[in-house]
Amino acid sequence: MADYEPVLLRNVGVENSHTLEVYRAQGGYQALAKALKMTPDEVQEEVRDATLRGRGGAGFPAGVKWSFLPKDRTHTYLCVNGDESEPPTFSNRVVMEKDPHQLIEGIIISGYATQAQAAYVYLRIEFHEPFHILQKAIDEAYAAGLLGKNILDSGYSLDCYIHRGAGAYVCGEETGLIESIEGKRGYPRIKPPFPAVEGLFRRPTVVNNVETLCNVPHIIERGADWFKSIGSEGNFGPKLFCVCGPVNRPGCYEGPMTITLGDLIYDNKYGQGMRDGKEVKAVFPGGISMGVVTTDELDMVMDFTDPAEYGLLGIGTAAAVVIDNSIDIRTVLRNVARFFALESCGQCTQCREGTSWMYKIATRIEQGAGRIEDLDLLIETTGNLGMMPGLSICGLSDGAVFPIRTIVQKFRAEFEEHIRNQEPGCVEAALAVAN
Amino acid sequence: MVWQAIDRNEAVIDPEAPAVLSAAVRKKIESFLPRYETRLAALLPALHVVQDELGYLSHQAMKEIAEILELHPSQVLDTLSFYTHFWTHPKGRKVITVCRSICCETLGGNKLLEAIKAKLGIDEHETTPDGEYSLVTEECLALCDYGPCMLINEKVHKCVKPEDVGRILDDPNNDVVDMPRSDLFDGPHEAGK
Repeated sequence: MADYEPVLLRNVGVENSHTLEVYRAQGGYQALAKALKMTPDEVQEEVRDATLRGRGGAGFPAGVKWSFLPKDRTHTYLCVNGDESEPPTFSNRVVMEKDPHQLIEGIIISGYATQAQAAYVYLRIEFHEPFHILQKAIDEAYAAGLLGKNILDSGYSLDCYIHRGAGAYVCGEETGLIESIEGKRGYPRIKPPFPAVEGLFRRPTVVNNVETLCNVPHIIERGADWFKSIGSEGNFGPKLFCVCGPVNRPGCYEGPMTITLGDLIYDNKYGQGMRDGKEVKAVFPGGISMGVVTTDELDMVMDFTDPAEYGLLGIGTAAAVVIDNSIDIRTVLRNVARFFALESCGQCTQCREGTSWMYKIATRIEQGAGRIEDLDLLIETTGNLGMMPGLSICGLSDGAVFPIRTIVQKFRAEFEEHIRNQEPGCVEAALAVAN
Repeated sequence: MVWQAIDRNEAVIDPEAPAVLSAAVRKKIESFLPRYETRLAALLPALHVVQDELGYLSHQAMKEIAEILELHPSQVLDTLSFYTHFWTHPKGRKVITVCRSICCETLGGNKLLEAIKAKLGIDEHETTPDGEYSLVTEECLALCDYGPCMLINEKVHKCVKPEDVGRILDDPNNDVVDMPRSDLFDGPHEAGK
């Protein structure tokens, strides 16, 4: 692998990298000056040419998303998705703590390209340090004339506010996020209309992920062709990867989307292998909602297309959690099922009921009272949830379907062995209590 | 959080009860209004400020927030009951939030939680009799590179082992955040207006 020069994380490790002074000394805010000399359409075009795909999970091209805004609009809002609730993702946190001005520069350029009046950064409430650091950075930017009225004498004005959530995974879904900013329950909306047409306060709205916006200043500064020189067709640009679990060096790393999952775990530049002599049993390579891969599938490329070959929903947040072979697969299933059962917002019946029933079944299996037919029942249930059969408003239940389906399918032999070794009569006893 | 059934036969709030929101809190809530197109949108920041000030959101506080934002009190309850962060009954001075996501659990998060329960003698969603600690769990705190992890109020505790629990909980400064912080929701945001 050729040497990779970090882009998004280049200031991590620099002393006081969160301050405006240091960010400027490292060449920051030059892209903004350049962008403000271009027309908004030219900025949009540059980002579209770079084919910057959204880093939040769905991978929708950001420039195309911007172009859906109606031409005759009077108001535009930019919402920045910093909810980052997908276990085990923490790349946005690292960026906001270490390089908040990179994000702010991305917000201002993207706001200019879409002619937004205000940007709302939605942060989950558990982000206390990132909130204080980012708020200080925003205050610095206001004081330096980079936010507020007439930014750098360009005539363009933008206000930037942090809006803190209050503990709800579903508020990371773009319309749930919008509802939450409006002061309501974070119920995702039925689409269409999409936010670009009718979003925050029923105005045209763009919702972009933190990492997506951090890419924008670099595209403007170095051009779309530079961006396309990193990665592969359809997977251009720098990407943040997280790796955690019992690896030697858990953390957030940057690389091209040509690395494999095995690289992320074992390579010296990334996870540096397993610690304490542990062995990989399973990996959730893109946040838990994308599904699981086994130790035979570590050659999976961390890009937008390859995960589908392994039965996964996608690359998601590119955050890999490694499960070692000392962990009972039944515990993994129960933990994942609980997450979605608790975080389902409850609007769509089959998501609310389905995730809860899968959690109950998974709990019973973990407690040693599973049945072979429970495994088939779980698989059948996963076929009856989500946007794929067209049954739900948002993608949360698809996020529940893929991990549970892939865990049961790929580790079926282990489940069956546990079930065969259960004490006789325990299933009947458990079901009698449940009834 | 769980829905609380309200007895409709009796008034939830004493109409004669004195106001619980101070003038400073009211002023702060009103300072959010220019940020948004609707008054309703200032509700989440308002709830955060009131909970920070009073510790929890009583029905009286909900009613007063509703008055400031020109909402019906039930709208306030409707929104806040969706979010796990808000408390509708008193909590301890410090809230311990233990992560139980897949990464932290497989790295020993359960043992950490059990150690805290044993040390404090309380279960999840309970408060110690002296009102010092409340204990909750949360799905993924986005600190997976430091699992198992927990928060004590705003302070992050990284890579906590069960044997560290006694030392951490006996430290009176275990919730002190060692960084310069901006005043919550303050700052010169109105500069651009």
